[in-house]
Amino acid sequence: MTTLPQSTERRLGLAIDLDICVGCHACVINCKEWNTSNYGAPLSDMDAYGANPVGTFLNRIHTFEVKSEGCNAQTVHFPRSCLHCEDAPCVTVCPTGASYKRQEDGIVLVNESDCIGCGLCAWSCPYGAREIDRAEGVMKKCTLCIDRIYNDNIPQEDRMPACVRTCPAGARHFGDFADPESNVSKLSAERGGMELMPEQGTKPVNRYLPPRPKADIATDGDIDVLAPFLAPIEEKQGGFISWLDKALEAI
Amino acid sequence: MNDMKQPKLDTSPKVSDEIRKTTCYMCACRCGINVHLQDGKVKYIEGNRDHPINRGVLCAKGSAGIMQHYAPSRLRAPLKRVGERGSGEFEEISWDEAFEIACGWLKPVREKDPSKLAFFTGRDQSQSLTNWWAQNFGTPNYAAHGGFCSVNMAAGGIYTMGGAFWEFGAPDWERTKLFMIFGVAEDHDSNPIKIGLGRLKARGAKIIGVNPIRSGYNSVADEWVGITPGTDGLFILAMIHELLKAGKVDLDYLRRYTNMPFLVNCEKGSPENGLFLRDGDGKPQILDRTTGKPVAFDEAGVKADMGKDYVANGITYRPAFMLLAEKYMAVEYAPDAVADRCGIPAEQIRKIAAQLARIAFEQEITINQPWTDFRGQKHDKMIGRPVSFHAMRGISAHSNGFQTCRALHILQILLGSVECPGGFRFKPPYPKPLSAHPKPHAIVTPNSPLNGPHLGFVQGPEDLLLHDDGSAKRIDKAFTWENPMSSHGLMHMVISNAHAGDPYKIDVLFMYMANMAWNSSMNTSGTMKMLTDKDKNGDYVIPKIIYSDSYSSEMVAFADLILPDTTYLERHDCISLLDRPICEADAAADSIRWPVVEPDRDVRGFQSALIQLGAKLGLPDMVNEDGSAKYADYADYIQNHERRPGVGPLAGFRGKDGKGKGRGEPNPNQIQAYIDNGGFWIDHIPDEGLFFKPWNNAYQDWAVERGIYDSPQPFVFDVYSEIIQKFRLAAQGHGEHQPPEHLRERLQNVMDPLPIWYEPFEEAAVDKDEYPIHALTQRPMAMYHSWGTQNAWLRQIHGTNPLYISGKIWESHGFAEGDWAWVTSTHGKIKVPVVRMDALNADTVWTWNAIGKRKGAWALDETAPEAKKGFLLNHLIHELLPSKDDGMRWTNSDPITGQAAWFDLRVKIERVAEGDGQSQPEHPPQKSPVGRGPQNVKYGEDFK
Repeated sequence: MTTLPQSTERRLGLAIDLDICVGCHACVINCKEWNTSNYGAPLSDMDAYGANPVGTFLNRIHTFEVKSEGCNAQTVHFPRSCLHCEDAPCVTVCPTGASYKRQEDGIVLVNESDCIGCGLCAWSCPYGAREIDRAEGVMKKCTLCIDRIYNDNIPQEDRMPACVRTCPAGARHFGDFADPESNVSKLSAERGGMELMPEQGTKPVNRYLPPRPKADIATDGDIDVLAPFLAPIEEKQGGFISWLDKALEAI
Repeated sequence: MNDMKQPKLDTSPKVSDEIRKTTCYMCACRCGINVHLQDGKVKYIEGNRDHPINRGVLCAKGSAGIMQHYAPSRLRAPLKRVGERGSGEFEEISWDEAFEIACGWLKPVREKDPSKLAFFTGRDQSQSLTNWWAQNFGTPNYAAHGGFCSVNMAAGGIYTMGGAFWEFGAPDWERTKLFMIFGVAEDHDSNPIKIGLGRLKARGAKIIGVNPIRSGYNSVADEWVGITPGTDGLFILAMIHELLKAGKVDLDYLRRYTNMPFLVNCEKGSPENGLFLRDGDGKPQILDRTTGKPVAFDEAGVKADMGKDYVANGITYRPAFMLLAEKYMAVEYAPDAVADRCGIPAEQIRKIAAQLARIAFEQEITINQPWTDFRGQKHDKMIGRPVSFHAMRGISAHSNGFQTCRALHILQILLGSVECPGGFRFKPPYPKPLSAHPKPHAIVTPNSPLNGPHLGFVQGPEDLLLHDDGSAKRIDKAFTWENPMSSHGLMHMVISNAHAGDPYKIDVLFMYMANMAWNSSMNTSGTMKMLTDKDKNGDYVIPKIIYSDSYSSEMVAFADLILPDTTYLERHDCISLLDRPICEADAAADSIRWPVVEPDRDVRGFQSALIQLGAKLGLPDMVNEDGSAKYADYADYIQNHERRPGVGPLAGFRGKDGKGKGRGEPNPNQIQAYIDNGGFWIDHIPDEGLFFKPWNNAYQDWAVERGIYDSPQPFVFDVYSEIIQKFRLAAQGHGEHQPPEHLRERLQNVMDPLPIWYEPFEEAAVDKDEYPIHALTQRPMAMYHSWGTQNAWLRQIHGTNPLYISGKIWESHGFAEGDWAWVTSTHGKIKVPVVRMDALNADTVWTWNAIGKRKGAWALDETAPEAKKGFLLNHLIHELLPSKDDGMRWTNSDPITGQAAWFDLRVKIERVAEGDGQSQPEHPPQKSPVGRGPQNVKYGEDFK
């Protein structure tokens, strides 16, 4: 067992907009690319060109369909990575103290030199957000790019996780949820940001902004009122030719 | 219990030794990238924040560039075939030997008959170079991949409004309020569209996605239109019907900026029928409302009528707008009449038409920027109609695609939303009138250059490339009566025609970056056979094949000589205004690639190798008077070649002082100037010229200054196409250039000067009860077919490609999870794994393109899922239509442009209860000239 901090000064995390995520995997691969060369051991790819390639990723996209009777089905892309929970079971379950939550910013990390690769943390995480690296035998997880966000060698505007910087659609936002004035707190408040599986009691920091209603599935109400069907030109007033003549004259 | 122990971390580690800025090439998008190098190795690639295309972001493909650059499938040296074609048995040779072999094959061809060389390039972006090379060689047989990609989109745009989507235009992302996408593949223009969609969403603009498949962009669209494949044209024309009936069209715009007021000869049976009334100078005439007399359309101060006929000498001339209104207001285009065929409720069609009208006309936007139009009229502001459209292969890869693309452009134009604030905007060098484009050329003279550019835009039957006996001058039969307006050629017909000797046989097939023995061909198994077929003497029917690729692709195995290309990080390139530049609607821009790392293999950038080969062949523009090579390599060419005096491949930093914009002498330090500027150059259009570009004097003057053209080229949009009508008149027997009898009826039907919809050809030819299902492919956002290798990271996302089956088909066939299926077309049969998908048009199945690989290719293990479970739909698609028993080879292409009709495919499907885990057809493995990739990869280890 490893203890969690009572509270953290900041609660750094991601607000992920499911209304915008097109499922392009840019975040997945840029994360892999950054992290394989930075914090901790490389993110290996076993059997990389073979029958069963299995690599370590800190972030993955899941695509699924939402269906309800009599309606069009909807495709949803769901990026999944560590949610940096306040009550992180992956930390408390760690037998060596390798997993820890940082006091200053709430980031959950693995100290790889203490990790024995027992996998208890992956088992305890209800989100499946941890993966063991098969080459190194240590547990890997999202670091919120701890080696970018405070890095003096990186321009200020780029001090954010790689997934956020690279996301083409702008669906990923990084900030401090402890600050109600932060970009992520405000976005989450505006858009009804959701905790993932709150019933698990893990108090995740990350928030998901839900997809907006789709006009072909459930109208948001504004369409029918503001856009009634077009009314044809009145036949009794001479029809199209007469309308055209008057309209041209009026220009 | 472990106490909280928090290790001390170095949160400011060094990122890299150096950043080099170049252009991505993981797809055709051409984003700017920052390549981080450490110890001479590529450590990290991120988007370049200053770059106009991607503004700092980077997609999955771009981020996986490291795995592409260090791929085990990279070719290492020139290869000479030593086994049978297709086997993959090669020996490595020197470049000297490679050039000697190539010259030995090509010199006699050039001396005797240059048309015996067919030189076709794939999805590269160096067509201004390759086309120039082929012209110098003298063969008429050159094209790139446009014919099997999206020529309908390009030609539809250029023939209608002098410009097209993608590189040449974009929605006004800042201002548009309703954005409608049709058949937009997830890969295309990928980062700009994703950035744009995010921006639209952030400010509450509405997105409507029209696509049989609700994935990617369509999954985030606010409204999905799950249209039946091949019916987009009907849907668009039904919306036009609704708008016309309600009088919701921009009459002022149509009157000023289009040919809608032009007077059209309506005398039935006349050789002038359907053509414009012209004055002595050949200028089209319009009816002046003030005087009631016809005047030239571009006269200052003229107020055109669009509703009244003009009668002279007993002939009625009707404004083109009235012909359009009569046509589309007919009941056959009413939403109720088309809804079933489109698979869309009539109510949804009406609703969308109403939204278009509401936003275009009730939410118009105004920019207080004065401007002057080409008639000399001053405008005190710019008025915008904030609806915009984008479309791609989904609407174009059908045999009715050209007319569908034209219909879409006409919808935009009727709404007055092209080149206005909030609408669709051109990017330089577009707009450009059709008349400013070259016509196609094909006059062959031994040992001499061709008489002009190969590809272009015909303006009537007299421009077709036909011999006196009516046979085609080009191997792909481009610019013939079979597909008169085939502006990009027909790459998909080259191998088939060369094999059939129809219209003639060739001696050398030379290709670059086109995986024709696999995913870039229709009828893949058949193509492999054509490439290996021998005549009765035991010689290959296609005698010699030269191919250039960076990687061990399927096509490599079928070539006799391989010129190994570099990776994109090892090469020079120019993304040129002479080709497909990176311009924005607000600016001209171009960019370079440069070797941010040097190759560690005996490979050369293809373009350098081509220039060197050209010099060895003594091609006129590639040698000095003394016969020595004029350009050492591609970089030398990029910097020093002039296409016209003062205009070269790169527009920026021209002249000795590097200050020239668009025009100026070659600058010996130009490439360095690009490198110093982050790999690109950008030059903004003055505010007065930002909109209404085809008619805006300020834009026209700026374009001339920048060398885009040499004099102002204002023009009006060809909503009504007189050029198309000329072909129809020929089909009716008018004029000296006459089509063969068997094509008259088809030409009469499809060459309509106003867009029409007709049933796709394959659909019309097959028994729809037997083949009730539409089958499509898409490219995923995270993979760009065989452009590069099967990437170690990306293959973990897309290592297999099930056939996605609609819920309706799934249930009616009793499919269950884990099932496989036989899928059959009139042409072929494949066995594939299946997965259910409900967010899909009910009568459609689809799969990801080009995930399936041939065993032995790409340095993958032969047991790789790509080779076991992966499959190509291409096996089901023939390059010819089903036989009509008339002895003719009817191509499976658009009858106007020759665009390959990939998406016309109809299939039937049959459940296979137990799969053996192997998709069919299964081809024997090819031997890998580069071995197999390493077992495990731990990239980044070296940097620890």
